[in-house]
Amino acid sequence: MKNRHLRLLQRTYVVLIFCFMYLPILVLAVFSFNESKSRTVFTGFTLDWYKSLFTNRMILSALALSLAVALVSAVVATVVGTMATVGISAMGRKSQLFINNISYMPVVNPEIITGVSLMLLFVFLQNWASKFDALPDAFFGLPTLLIAHITFNLPYVIFNVSPKLRQMDSRIYEAALDLGCTPRQAFFKAVLPELTPAILSAFLICLTYSIDDFIISYFNCGTLQTLPIAIYSMTRKKVSPEINALSTIMFLVILSIILISNALDSRRYKREQGLGKAGEGR
Amino acid sequence: MKKQLRALFCAALVLLLSLGAAPAALAEDQIQVTEDISVSGDYDWKRFEGQGVTLNVYNWGLYISDGSEESVDVISAFENLTGIKVNYTTFDSNESLYAKIKSGGVSYDVIVPSDYMVGKMIEEGMLAPLDYSNIPNAAGIGAEYLGWPFDEENTYSVPYMWGTTGLIYNTTMVQEAPDSWADMWDVQYTGNVLMFNNSRDAYAVAAKKLGMSLNPASVEEVDRVIEELKAQKSVVQAYVMDEIFDKMEGGEAALAPYYAGDAITMIQDNPDLAFVFPKEGVNFFVDSLCIPANCKNKEAAEMFLNYMCEPDVGLANCEFIGYSTPIGKVWERLDDELKYSEIAYPSQEVLDKAEAFTTLSAQVNSALDTAWSDMKSYDEGGSGWMVLVFLILALAISVFNIWRRVRKKLRNEY
Repeated sequence: MKNRHLRLLQRTYVVLIFCFMYLPILVLAVFSFNESKSRTVFTGFTLDWYKSLFTNRMILSALALSLAVALVSAVVATVVGTMATVGISAMGRKSQLFINNISYMPVVNPEIITGVSLMLLFVFLQNWASKFDALPDAFFGLPTLLIAHITFNLPYVIFNVSPKLRQMDSRIYEAALDLGCTPRQAFFKAVLPELTPAILSAFLICLTYSIDDFIISYFNCGTLQTLPIAIYSMTRKKVSPEINALSTIMFLVILSIILISNALDSRRYKREQGLGKAGEGR
Repeated sequence: MKKQLRALFCAALVLLLSLGAAPAALAEDQIQVTEDISVSGDYDWKRFEGQGVTLNVYNWGLYISDGSEESVDVISAFENLTGIKVNYTTFDSNESLYAKIKSGGVSYDVIVPSDYMVGKMIEEGMLAPLDYSNIPNAAGIGAEYLGWPFDEENTYSVPYMWGTTGLIYNTTMVQEAPDSWADMWDVQYTGNVLMFNNSRDAYAVAAKKLGMSLNPASVEEVDRVIEELKAQKSVVQAYVMDEIFDKMEGGEAALAPYYAGDAITMIQDNPDLAFVFPKEGVNFFVDSLCIPANCKNKEAAEMFLNYMCEPDVGLANCEFIGYSTPIGKVWERLDDELKYSEIAYPSQEVLDKAEAFTTLSAQVNSALDTAWSDMKSYDEGGSGWMVLVFLILALAISVFNIWRRVRKKLRNEY
C-alpha cells in the first residue's frame, strides 16, 4: 500500500518535471498554428505563419547567418579545441592545472563581460590598424562574429574532450607505436577514434551554444544580425508568430537529430555487446 | 432579370478595368517598380546601378513593410529599382541604437532614431546634415511634423512615422471610462494596471499626472516624479512592453498606456478595448530617418530617404506599421476608417496639449537612469530580507565546502 503511494508520488514528480520542460514548447508550437496574432486566444487553425516565414527575407537571412556562423565556429572550435586538449595532456602536472584553470575562466565569466571585452578589443584593433590600413573595411561584422563565437566555444570543447583523453588508456598509443605506426598514424588511427564520441558531442554543444548566443553576438556583429538579435528587436511592436513557426521547426529538427543519433548509438552498443558475448563464448 | 444582371456585371467589369488602368494612365512621369509601387520619374534612381553599392539600414524591428503577411516588400522593390543592395537590420530601442553607433566599429547609412535621440545625436555630432536636393519627396511632408525642437530646421532628420501615447482600457473591467493618467494610480485597479518598461515613457506618464513637463529640467524634478512611480508600484501588475498586446487582448489587465497606433491593432483584435487621450496631455513622438556622420555613401543613403518618402512606399509602410504618417499624400489614400480615426490622427486639441521628448542634459539623464532602476528594484519591505538570506546562504555553502575539503584532507593524511 505504502509502496503504491510512493510510486504514484514518483510518477507525478516525473510528469511535473517534464511538464515544466516541455509545456512551454508545446504552447509555442500550438500558437504557431493560430489564425490571429494573439498569443492568448486560439481562434482557428492555419499554416499561414509557416508560409509567411519562408517569404520573410529578414528572418531567413538572420537564420542563414546564425546557421553559417554556428557551423563554421563549431568546426573551427572543435578542431582547435581537440588539438589543445592533446597538447595540454602532454604537459607537466602544474602547467596542466594552470592552463585548465585559465581556459575555464570564459565559461564561468558572465557572457556580458566576454562580449564587451571582445568588442573593445576589436574596436581597439580596428582603430589601431586603420593607421596602417592593415585591416579590411569589413572587419567588424562576419570576421569579428566568427572570432567571438570560436572564442567562447573553445573551452566547451576542451572540457568535453579532456576527460575522455584522461580516461583513455595511454598504452593504446604506445602499443600503436610499438606496432610500427609513426606518431601521426598512431594519433589518427588509435587516439582519435577513441575520442570521436567526445569530439562529436563537443561539436554539437558548440553548435547549440552558437545558435543560442545573444549577448556576445550582440556586441560583435557589426551591421549583421543573427536570429536571436532579429527576434529581440521585435519587442517594441510584437514578436511575430512566424517566430513561433520557426522555433517549432527548429525544435523538431533538433529532436529528430537527437532521436536518430540515439537510435544509432544504441544499435552500435547492442552490436558491440553481441560481439563481446560471442567472443566470450569462444 | 438575367439581362439586368449581365448588364450590371459588365458595368462592374468596365469600372474595375478603368480603375485598374487609372494609375497606369496617371503615371506618365512615374516608374512602375512593382504592382503596388510606382515612384516619381523625374529622379535619377539608377545612378548607382552596377557599382556594387550596399546600404546598411538600421531600423526598429517590424518597422517597415517587409513583405510578410502579404504586405509589399518595399526593400526588394528599392533594390530592383536602384540596383543598390540593402543590408537591413533592426534594433529594439533608441538606447541600443545609440550604444551600437557610439561603440564604434560599425558604420550605418540610414538609421531611424526617435525625437529625443535625434537631438542627442545631433549634439554629439553623430549625424550628417542632409542634402535636400537629393530628397525632393521630403516636400510632401506636412508642416506640422517639421521643425520640432529636437531638430528645428530639419537639417538632420526627415520624419518617418509619428504617433502619440494614450491610455488603453478594457471596457468590461472598468466601472467608468478613465479619462486621466491618475486613474492608473487608483487602488480599485490594483493588480490590473500595466506600465511601460522603459524609463522615459513611464516617466512621461507620471510627470503628466503631476501636471509637470515630461522633460525634467533638474534632478529634483526627477526625484519627485520617480517618487510618484514608486507610489504606483503596488497597483501595477507588471512593467512590460510588447506583452501589453497579449495581456490587454486576453483581458488580463484593465489599464495600460501604449502607443496609439498599436492601440488600434489591439482594439481590432479585442473589441472590448477602448482608447482615450488622458486629459493631462500625452507624449507626441516622431521617428525620423537620419544619416550617421560616418556613413559610407551619403548620396545613396539620401536616395533611400527619398524613396521612403514616395507616396506608394509611405502607404505600404503606414499600412504595415499602423502608426501615423507625416506624408499628406499617403494620408489622403488611407482607408476612411484609419484616415478619420481619432486615435491615429487626433484632434488639434489633443495635439496642442501633447508634448514631445527633448534631449536631457547628461546629469539629468543619468539621474533618471539611476532613479528608474532604483524604482524597479524598490520593494516595500522584503528586498532587504532577500539580500540577507542570499548572503547567509552563500556563506553557508562556502563554509560547508571548506569543511568538506578539510575533512577530506584529514582523512587522506591517515
